[in-house]
Amino acid sequence: MGLRSFFDRIEPQFLKGGRYEKFFPVYEMVESFIYTPKTVTTAAPHARSYIDMKRIMTYVVLATIPCILFGMYNTGLQTNMAIAEYGASGWRAAIIETLGIGFDPNNPFANIMHGLLYFLPIYVVTLVAGGIFEVIFAVVRGHEVNEGFLVTSMLYTLILPATTPLWQVALGIIFGVVIGKEVFGGTGKNFLNPALVGRAFLYFAYPAYMSGDSIWTPVDGFSGATALAIGASDGVAAFPERGIEWMDAFVGTIQGSFGETSTLAILIGLAFLLIVKIANWRLIVGCLGGMIAFSTLLNWIGSDTNPMFAMPWYWHLVVGGYAFGLAFMVTEPVSASHTNMGRYIYGALIGFMVVMIRVINPAFPEGMMLAILFGNVFAPLIDHFVVQANIKRRAKRNV
Amino acid sequence: MAQTYRSQLVDPLVDNNPITLQVLGICSALAVTSSMQVAFVMSIAVTLVTAFSSMFISMLRNQIPSSIRIIVQMVIIASLVILVDQVLKAFAYEISKTLSVFVGLIITNCIVMGRAEAFAMKNPPVASFIDGAGNGLGYGLLLMIVAFFRELFGAGSLFGVTVLETVNNGGWYVPNGMLLLPPSAFFVIGLLIWGIRTWKPAQVEEREYKIQTVEAH
Repeated sequence: MGLRSFFDRIEPQFLKGGRYEKFFPVYEMVESFIYTPKTVTTAAPHARSYIDMKRIMTYVVLATIPCILFGMYNTGLQTNMAIAEYGASGWRAAIIETLGIGFDPNNPFANIMHGLLYFLPIYVVTLVAGGIFEVIFAVVRGHEVNEGFLVTSMLYTLILPATTPLWQVALGIIFGVVIGKEVFGGTGKNFLNPALVGRAFLYFAYPAYMSGDSIWTPVDGFSGATALAIGASDGVAAFPERGIEWMDAFVGTIQGSFGETSTLAILIGLAFLLIVKIANWRLIVGCLGGMIAFSTLLNWIGSDTNPMFAMPWYWHLVVGGYAFGLAFMVTEPVSASHTNMGRYIYGALIGFMVVMIRVINPAFPEGMMLAILFGNVFAPLIDHFVVQANIKRRAKRNV
Repeated sequence: MAQTYRSQLVDPLVDNNPITLQVLGICSALAVTSSMQVAFVMSIAVTLVTAFSSMFISMLRNQIPSSIRIIVQMVIIASLVILVDQVLKAFAYEISKTLSVFVGLIITNCIVMGRAEAFAMKNPPVASFIDGAGNGLGYGLLLMIVAFFRELFGAGSLFGVTVLETVNNGGWYVPNGMLLLPPSAFFVIGLLIWGIRTWKPAQVEEREYKIQTVEAH
């Protein structure tokens, strides 16, 4: 094959002593992106498995496809519905008109095309800006660029609102890649989720662009609150009168970031991850358990002043970023706990924290991002105590 | 004297900086660096207190019983801090309000106590004065660098003078709100430490743990 022989021909230049020795990580990145990595573990022990880093990362990207498609559809749908009222403007509208696609919200193709015009620039900027910093670190530090960045960049894009300015997108992913991952030594050593670090940076640096009512649908003048914002001000009872039935929130035709609105699409991705055994089910069980238990407790306690107390767990599941975080962030193997018992505790801690932040903290209507970062920080500690408990238990046997 | 006065004054600026190398005095560095003006006043205050407290403690060092030396040091430092606080209240009331408790908290600033314990108790007064001043200046220098980044990118101004016109005032610059929050100073200081240790690898500490080398692939 032409391409293979091309790689074989140029490879010596990148190996030790070659002319471009320094740029081996770049060569390796391109080569292993196209072909299976040919290196194998040479030291014992040998555990045979079909899985390697490339496959894990590729599977996660595949699992996000339903979210991507539905995210584009929903962004287009919300935009086209708002355009019917407020009118269209900007270069995206010009492209749509030139192509003759139109702004009919009942036409799925028109919606997806319009959503694509919002999704694609953000995704491309993420890949380029984050990729440049990945490669700089790889070249200077001599480690390899791997497919982990594809996952980070995809997840990062999916948790951004469609109106995010592109320079902020670039700044956020650079911060996420450098501070969230590379300063700790790169993929596999990041104790925080890099995509969430980038998102958190933007959230605290530019709060006006990351929260509020006017940022979810990119049409001037349009204002649409997310379900959580409605819940925080008026309670669950206000959802039907604001046009949100549970099914809408489950299918995902509501306001929100690209990938987070559709619980259905997320569950398809999660099912895939569980079947190929990349997502650990203990994390899911823990996180669901913590969320259901604590929100039920709060329902039972009740409050006269805070309507969020009354939000039942099945609403917590479908609104905001809970489902997306559950499927793609809580299950991230590096930043989660590594012991089986620890996984239950880690998941439960996040489930508990997300309800805590959503319901009891008045400053943040959404809590998933902060809850997961909080969990990330505690994961090594949880592992430590689980391991210590196990050591104690076994020491007792041996009197 | 092992060190010259000159090196005592200059060393703490970069080579032995109290914040980036000794990692002391971080608390106030987080709190007062959101604007350069406040950071500047704080730097002067800490430099004066460190220099003079070191000098006075050094003068008394042979009379101070070891068992109560911390108390005596605290009395001297606290008197100086009260003096600084009163001067600020009299002549720079607005800044003194912004600094609020942090002037009083100079008493507990690790750098002041650190120099008193580590240097002034064992060295003559002039050397102690210069050592205290040098460490105060090292602290001040870092404070000013951190405040420069935080004020410039967080509020678009330097010393209160607008440099980058912000969007709210009709300009183009969108201020980075995170840099106005105290935790952001952690990032700035962390990046500075990273930069300094890349520049001067001698400052890099030895690892406390060994990373096991797995057969690379």
